[in-house]
Amino acid sequence: MKFSSHTGLSQTLQVSLLNTPMQKSSGGITSHLLGGLCCYLRRCIFSVLSVGPLPNHITFIMDGNRRFAKKRNLGEGDGHKAGFSALLSILRYCYELGIKYVSVYAFSIDNFRRKPKEVQSVMDLMREKIEELLQQESIINEYGIRIHFIGNMQLLTEPVRVAAEKAMRVTANNQERVLLICIAYTSTDEIVHAVQESCKDKWNQIQASKEGKVSNGGSKINGLDLHFRDSCRDNATEACSSLHKGVKDAGEKDALLEQNSEKHSDNYSEGEITSCNGIVEITEERKYKQGETASIKLVDIEKHMYMAVAPDPDILIRTSGEDRLSNFLLWQTSACPLYAPKVLWPEIGLRHLVWVVLNFQRHHFYLEKKKKQF
Amino acid sequence: MDFRDGAHNLYHIIVAIGYLGLQLLWYFMQIIVSVWYHISIVGNMFESYFISYEVLNKYKSLHIGKLRYLAVVIESEEAHQTSKVIKLLQWLDSVGVKNVCLYDMNGVLKKSKDTIFQIMKNAKSIEEVNEDVTHHAPDHMTLEFVSYVDGKEAVAKAANLIFVENFKRHDIGGELDHQILLESHLNQALQIVGCKGPEPDLLLVYGPVRSHLGFPPWRIRYTEIVHMGSLNFMRYGSLIKAIYNFTKVRHNYGT
Repeated sequence: MKFSSHTGLSQTLQVSLLNTPMQKSSGGITSHLLGGLCCYLRRCIFSVLSVGPLPNHITFIMDGNRRFAKKRNLGEGDGHKAGFSALLSILRYCYELGIKYVSVYAFSIDNFRRKPKEVQSVMDLMREKIEELLQQESIINEYGIRIHFIGNMQLLTEPVRVAAEKAMRVTANNQERVLLICIAYTSTDEIVHAVQESCKDKWNQIQASKEGKVSNGGSKINGLDLHFRDSCRDNATEACSSLHKGVKDAGEKDALLEQNSEKHSDNYSEGEITSCNGIVEITEERKYKQGETASIKLVDIEKHMYMAVAPDPDILIRTSGEDRLSNFLLWQTSACPLYAPKVLWPEIGLRHLVWVVLNFQRHHFYLEKKKKQF
Repeated sequence: MDFRDGAHNLYHIIVAIGYLGLQLLWYFMQIIVSVWYHISIVGNMFESYFISYEVLNKYKSLHIGKLRYLAVVIESEEAHQTSKVIKLLQWLDSVGVKNVCLYDMNGVLKKSKDTIFQIMKNAKSIEEVNEDVTHHAPDHMTLEFVSYVDGKEAVAKAANLIFVENFKRHDIGGELDHQILLESHLNQALQIVGCKGPEPDLLLVYGPVRSHLGFPPWRIRYTEIVHMGSLNFMRYGSLIKAIYNFTKVRHNYGT
């Protein structure tokens, strides 16, 4: 364990970070010693906590910056600046404790609906702070942190997106710790994106196997096609009558989709493929329906989630006491305890983190049992 | 040689004692957490009795109209106690909450569905109700039963549905139509696959931990999630308090 004399900032020193850029702690011997003592005490507490099971991934919803600014009568952007310094200290605590993955909810797609001036100032602040993080003496290099930006990057303005991509590129070789910053992110957008990507993947898979078959024997395939078309035509009338019998009012005009809603299974018989209008091409489509070419599975969708680069979070902390998730990591928090301390994000400290980890350790056995059942 | 061995052994002994000391400190910290929890449970118990006996004035009038759809997540092992579940539903009915979604991970509540409908004669299943449940006149309760398979796996089914629909739309030999999949398409597909219920406003968790335990993810975007403790110790007063606190919440929706 390294003892680093410049990095043990106490809570009181953090207040000065509001208006000054990041700098080494100046001031007399006393503040120096105080910082060192705090650091040592912190390490003692962490060694006690390490006796129990530690979370692998903690995620934070950084709520309360604007309320903090209002409470302290600060300017609009100062709340977010205070939030950033709180983020740095929390990151330090988490990485010192030995937690490998930390993710934060920096900016939601819903936040784009704020006043344009506010959105612009937040974007500018983000770009500025990303540049700062990439400096030589920042926390990123101290702990070997790899940064991922999670979200719909196309919604960001060009300078921010460029800075984010640069940060990801520069830190790509770091392996010790991981920081996931969720920008332009909502869970529903992530799920929709994952579904779309898995559909595209499946399509490419089917195309690839089709091309493979065609190159092997074109005429044979055509022969098969004709055979299936004949049998399909015979079965088509059967399919249509069963369709009319069993159809529910699902509000969908497409006959095939209505059938699917009744069946709920991957295995479709020949006659059900065709629509009442006629025949569609495909040996491949039939094969897909019969499960020979596998249908889209849950693992395919999870593979395409933005957050697939990290394991599911073990703890979720939302500051300022709100009880909702606000469209954040809804998919990944199935067995994750949700904590909502009433403290505002810029005021979060070591004691909140220690309390949450102790609570997590209390319920760890139960949560592991739940994860195995999924 | 002896000195080196001796020093080595001494080092091991010191490390072992040190580790034992750390373990004792850890147990001590866990005891503090447990004591805190027990104190807060006792405090909640007294508060709930005061609320039940209408001693605390502020809980007397609830603006129940704000709560259009309530979801209850119950730990599967506790969900076997059907009588408690029915008691909870009867409390909710008396308070005026008519639209309830019951969730447990393993589908235990789905199996108890018949028993529940036998006793709750006032209740109908959401499948029987045609119109939008949040707008119907409150003369009967509407119950929805959900389990883990109606969550993530339903999304996989919806994805297959969307894929097949796209499959049919393209020309023979053509490229997949790279239209952008919208949330509304996915919502539509999910409705067809069988997920009919709306997004709950409030989610009550009866279990040891505050976690939604796999409730369908796309339905809890802005849902307030409240931990109620174990179903074995459920109290009417705590229920009133949770609903009251919900009615006082202000949503920004990100703005």
